[in-house]
Amino acid sequence: MSASSSTKSMTIGESGLSLIFAVTAFLCVFAAAKALDTAFAFHASLAAAASAASVFFILNRYFERGDLPPQEINGRPNYNLGPIKFSSFMAMFWGIAGFAVGLIIASQLAWPALNFDLPWTSFGRLRPLHTSAVIFAFGGNVLLATSFYVVQRTCRVRLAGDLAPWFVVVGYNFFILIAGTGYLLGVTEGKEYAEPEWYSDLWLTIVWVVYLLVFLTTVIKRKEPHIFVANWFYLAFIVTIAVLHLGNNPALPVSFFGSKSYIAWGGVQDAMFQWWYGHNAVGFFLTAGFLAIMYYFIPKRAERPVYSYRLSIIHFWALIFLYIWAGPHHLHYTALPDWTQTLGMTFSIMLWMPSWGGMINGLMTLSGAWDKLRTDPVLRMLVVSVAFYGMSTFEGPMMSIKVVNSLSHYTDWTIGHVHSGALGWVGFVSFGALYCLVPWIWNRKGLYSLKLVNWHFWTATLGIVLYISAMWVSGILQGLMWRSYTALGFLEYSFIETVEAMHPFYIIRAAGGALFLIGSLIMAYNLWMTVRVGEEEVQSPVALQPAE
Amino acid sequence: MSFWQRHQVFEKNSIILVIGILLVIAIGGLVEITPLFYLKSTIEAVDGVRPYTPLELAGRNIYVREGCYLCHSQMVRPLRDEVERYGHFSLAAESMYDHPFQWGSKRTGPDLARVGNKYSDDWHVTHLTNPRAIVPQSIMPGYPFLRETELNADNVADHLKTLRAVGVPYTEDQIANAAADLKAQVDPDNAGAEALTKRYPKAVVRNFDGKAGAPTEMDALVAYLQMLGTLVDFKIYNEKANLR
Repeated sequence: MSASSSTKSMTIGESGLSLIFAVTAFLCVFAAAKALDTAFAFHASLAAAASAASVFFILNRYFERGDLPPQEINGRPNYNLGPIKFSSFMAMFWGIAGFAVGLIIASQLAWPALNFDLPWTSFGRLRPLHTSAVIFAFGGNVLLATSFYVVQRTCRVRLAGDLAPWFVVVGYNFFILIAGTGYLLGVTEGKEYAEPEWYSDLWLTIVWVVYLLVFLTTVIKRKEPHIFVANWFYLAFIVTIAVLHLGNNPALPVSFFGSKSYIAWGGVQDAMFQWWYGHNAVGFFLTAGFLAIMYYFIPKRAERPVYSYRLSIIHFWALIFLYIWAGPHHLHYTALPDWTQTLGMTFSIMLWMPSWGGMINGLMTLSGAWDKLRTDPVLRMLVVSVAFYGMSTFEGPMMSIKVVNSLSHYTDWTIGHVHSGALGWVGFVSFGALYCLVPWIWNRKGLYSLKLVNWHFWTATLGIVLYISAMWVSGILQGLMWRSYTALGFLEYSFIETVEAMHPFYIIRAAGGALFLIGSLIMAYNLWMTVRVGEEEVQSPVALQPAE
Repeated sequence: MSFWQRHQVFEKNSIILVIGILLVIAIGGLVEITPLFYLKSTIEAVDGVRPYTPLELAGRNIYVREGCYLCHSQMVRPLRDEVERYGHFSLAAESMYDHPFQWGSKRTGPDLARVGNKYSDDWHVTHLTNPRAIVPQSIMPGYPFLRETELNADNVADHLKTLRAVGVPYTEDQIANAAADLKAQVDPDNAGAEALTKRYPKAVVRNFDGKAGAPTEMDALVAYLQMLGTLVDFKIYNEKANLR
């Protein structure tokens, strides 16, 4: 014992990070003392506490550990699973939280008394909490967990870095905490899906750069000659999100000791930047990243190779090239110049093709294994997610056509469209991936109960159907009512009559959301029991097959 | 070498793959965004649009803080029913000093681009405090706390300075008098009221929340709502000059 502890020395990461966090802790205490508003003081105190805790954990780990974990054990890569376990757990946690807040705000639209007339419980502050919790907290943690797993497996090396992967997963969740509590306290930049204020944005930038470095370094030191297709998509997702984040968020704080900032862009340029970012948060965060999941987990679960290698090449480059152009379809008929709108519409329609190419590649991977859909509810979930992907990537281009958009824009149809993608595609592919991943990383033979997966599948599917059909009806109804004229040439309905007409659909939508939430609770129980009481898998002595 | 084999250069070199991704994703954004900064036709030539008064700006920040943009758009489209319901379609020039823009993407409530001067101050105060007191079917949250909360006006000049740094043409005069202007706009008897309306043409000086004493958050928000869409006089607006 004493011999090994006397020879070990601190890594550069350990000494450097503990020093940086110690300095950060002091700076944050100072910032908290000088803060101009309570929200900033609260966040600075949180950051000080988190930095101090980080110093403690890094030093404690150093004194507890022997040598650093080896890169390989008996010629087999020694995969780093700790950060993946953490992210998987956080994904489930934020998922339930995000769905629950969604149910609350859906209910507020049906019964406004639920706003309670308090600042921190009103719809306007809870809605960013819902969108960020499901997209960035739930989706983000699923992407972190799966990307760290897939990149190690398909490169057959241990994840790069010792503390760096932990810095990424914990740092990212700290960003979520700061952003989320900020929304409740009224700290927001006022740009949809990019609401976090300047200091959260700066922190996210640091975390994201480290994420890129960890991922890229792992790919660089791979033992496989080829980079597996899923990793192309993960790389495109990580790189592009960095570009989008930097492009959309340059803001100048009013004071370095206050939360308020003003965005560098104004008016029409800000609108264009915002939806260039906003639509590609969909394109790269919610699509490219989750397509990577599709390209790894569906072949793995179906035990079939990816349907077409050539299709995946075309799918990849066409998708990332075309998506970036689609932003202006959020600004049809606005004060954005017509030429930009037309470009946005054209590329959105073209985007239908690579999207369906990807869908075909995912679905056809089941060739010869379709019978598994009957017996494996996890695979069924993954496949249905791809079907929803196909559906919403047809609906999207259709809604981007200007005449269709003149009806659908500003209505619930958009909300329905988003949720068929978010619940059906992103939700189900994430659930499927987590159902695969949890037994793998906790070394279990299988899930605690496939029957519960089946229950989850049907509850959630019913929830989605209720949700999106209610939004189709209410959206189209509202759009038609707004433009309806009487025989005498007057507008037929006042605005409030169209609000009143939405009431039954808002109740149906909330019911759909409740079913989706119940499904996720079933899932959490199932995963918890898998880890708790699941039977351990005995490692086979045979060398691993490459994943391709 | 076939096309498919050529692709191996990306599959075997992670750095080349990253560079490829960066180039491919850069094109769309560059083509769509950069011209908006130099094409003169992007923002119409129009009279009357001015930076917000300190009070209006504070109100706008409350509008952003409470997430009003999540249910209300500020962008009237050039469609027959919208123009009849809300007024002249929105111009890019009308939001050129907006950091951030608040065009919105959803109309759970009506568009607010031209809500200014449509209703009385009293209507707004009552409606914001309890929307269902005026519109029984409304699903809007109530904001009773706005009238009870004194407006934080500590560093209002810093807000103007920051906005000037990102391109809003606030003058030295406007920045120097920011704190005084903020107070003057809610008090018609204030000696500085006239200077304020000189600095900010068409600014309305009123006790918006009907309460004596220091300005409240309600004052600021109502001042902002009451000026929305009122700066451009569409009777003299020359549409032909801005065809694009």
